Amino acid sequence: MKNCEYQQIDPQALPTPTPPPHHGGDGDRREEPRRPRRKWEVFPGKNRFCCDGRVVMARQSGVLPLTLGLILVTSGLFFIFDCPFLVKHLTRCIPVIGGGLFVFVVITLLQTSFTDPGILPRATPDEAADIEKQIDNTGNTSYRPPPRTKEVLINQQVVKLKYCFTCKMFRPPRTSHCSLCDNCVERFDHHCPWVGNCVGKRNYRFFYTFIVSLSFLTAFIFGCVTTHLALSACSCSASQGLKVGKAWCLLCRRVQADILFIKNMLKNSWALGNPVLELVICFFSVWSILGLSGFHTYLVASNLTTNEDIKGSWSGKSGEDVTNPYSHRNIFINCCSVLCGPMPPSLIDRRGFLPADESSQTAGADIELPTVATKSEINVCTQGTKGLLESATRSPLLSTSCPQGKPQTAHTCPDSSPAMNSDPSPELSTSCGARHIASSQGDTSPPRHTKTRSKKSKRAALHIPNPAFDVPVSPTSPDTGPSSKARDHKSASFASLH
Amino acid sequence: MRQQAAIAAKVFIQRDYTNGTVCQFQTKFPSELETRMDKQQFEETVRTLNNLYAEAEKLGSQSYIEGCLACLTAYTIFLCMETHYEKVLKKIAKYIQEQNDKIYAPRGLLLTDPIERGLRVVSFPALSVVDGKYCLCIERSLRWNVPQAQM
Repeated sequence: MKNCEYQQIDPQALPTPTPPPHHGGDGDRREEPRRPRRKWEVFPGKNRFCCDGRVVMARQSGVLPLTLGLILVTSGLFFIFDCPFLVKHLTRCIPVIGGGLFVFVVITLLQTSFTDPGILPRATPDEAADIEKQIDNTGNTSYRPPPRTKEVLINQQVVKLKYCFTCKMFRPPRTSHCSLCDNCVERFDHHCPWVGNCVGKRNYRFFYTFIVSLSFLTAFIFGCVTTHLALSACSCSASQGLKVGKAWCLLCRRVQADILFIKNMLKNSWALGNPVLELVICFFSVWSILGLSGFHTYLVASNLTTNEDIKGSWSGKSGEDVTNPYSHRNIFINCCSVLCGPMPPSLIDRRGFLPADESSQTAGADIELPTVATKSEINVCTQGTKGLLESATRSPLLSTSCPQGKPQTAHTCPDSSPAMNSDPSPELSTSCGARHIASSQGDTSPPRHTKTRSKKSKRAALHIPNPAFDVPVSPTSPDTGPSSKARDHKSASFASLH
Repeated sequence: MRQQAAIAAKVFIQRDYTNGTVCQFQTKFPSELETRMDKQQFEETVRTLNNLYAEAEKLGSQSYIEGCLACLTAYTIFLCMETHYEKVLKKIAKYIQEQNDKIYAPRGLLLTDPIERGLRVVSFPALSVVDGKYCLCIERSLRWNVPQAQM
């Protein structure tokens, strides 16, 4: 009928589950699996799964332990040293509010880290073949790779969909491929090392709630600690009659006058040393976290992702009249749709069981095309798929899943080409991941000077989005200004990669 | 003697992005199915699926209430409660099952629920119309008798 003929499959040539070989042996893993395997065990991306597939994280946990540690330590010091004092001198609500905020922060952090961000499963061989068939409808069986972009019209705005060589599909709008996780993620915002996961469609609301509540928590602790110090200074100065309100008003003068006094107290009293540590951590955190919250509030209100904002997709930089086609043109509706919209389901069926005949294969990663019986016509689709693989082997890496990044990041897998991924990928991605882990452990260990300084620089610079071309996130980056100016840094780093 | 051969073919239907990132499929009738089924029925199926997905992703008062409540409880209610989206997905599964029983299976076609393959193309060795979130795939399988080569 047309150029694509369907392959006649000889049932005898079809791959059937092989009966156990009679020469007895050792390899009975494939013939009789001890237990049915779940799909997460053969997932081709670089993710880590826990609790039998219920928890999804990036393979490198990044600095998530540090994030948790800082939050726990700071809050712990607050509850131990500041709360008793403030309960006595102020009100009992302080630990209640602090406790509520702390619980909120930890829960949203864990949800951001452990939720599937919106990973798109890779295309099956049939789908990949069909895509190529659609692109190459002339029946030409050349082995060139399919074109990399496809234009669609979204709300009267032309949007280019890019082809992902790793996942073998045209990425849906707003989807980007994360090089660290080696997955296409829907509504990709950025890969956040602080939470150890990508931030995408499904966990953006958790992430936003996390940073907003963390802003409140750090500001709250900062305020409480300052009050504690001020009240302590006031009371130590034997100004017994001062009320709290006046203490605040006098704080500035008091702090100036009592700097030396406080220094002496630090030397003499251990109990006041801890609040100062909290003060320092909170001071630097407040600025960076508040800046980040403000930035993401702007993104939410405009229905943008960090990725799109950094690339300037809808800002009309190229001179064309472009507008964001996804925006609802109303700040309130934008906020509601992003934060309160329906929760989409996870598209990767992590806990499903593999079919028995696929238990030895990777899901969607390898292509097992049956050999054609004699006299049957070769399927253009089949040949096209094979051609796709071969051409992908030969094609340059540049626009594919593995980014070139800053050399010191070493988060890239320089020779993990998409073609390699098209072969049984778990082994290769495992090895690639191992290489990542090995190299990244050298990198991500914050050789940290002071926690605060590193924290500030990291906070400012680490929320670097992955542009669609899989640019890696650099965990080690030079100091930048307050986090809202992280955009400049991000632009610079992005520019340097082009 | 005749040699029997099975043919498995898949027809993929792409997503329709003209209205944004909501899950919609193109209702264009694929030419490969012209001999297999009625165009109207196909378009009816796809339109109904589009409506169901639109309902799942609708921004209405119900989703807002659910979202706000979830936010106030630090999203822990997602662990206990079935979301609106999941409820509609069940409806979609039921609808697809009905369509298969009534329309597609008698014609040797099978429509597969997209969620089974991550809302992407779903393929099936028997006839399947795979309804992927990013592709609708219709797969058909035919058996016919092929004369032996030697004869």
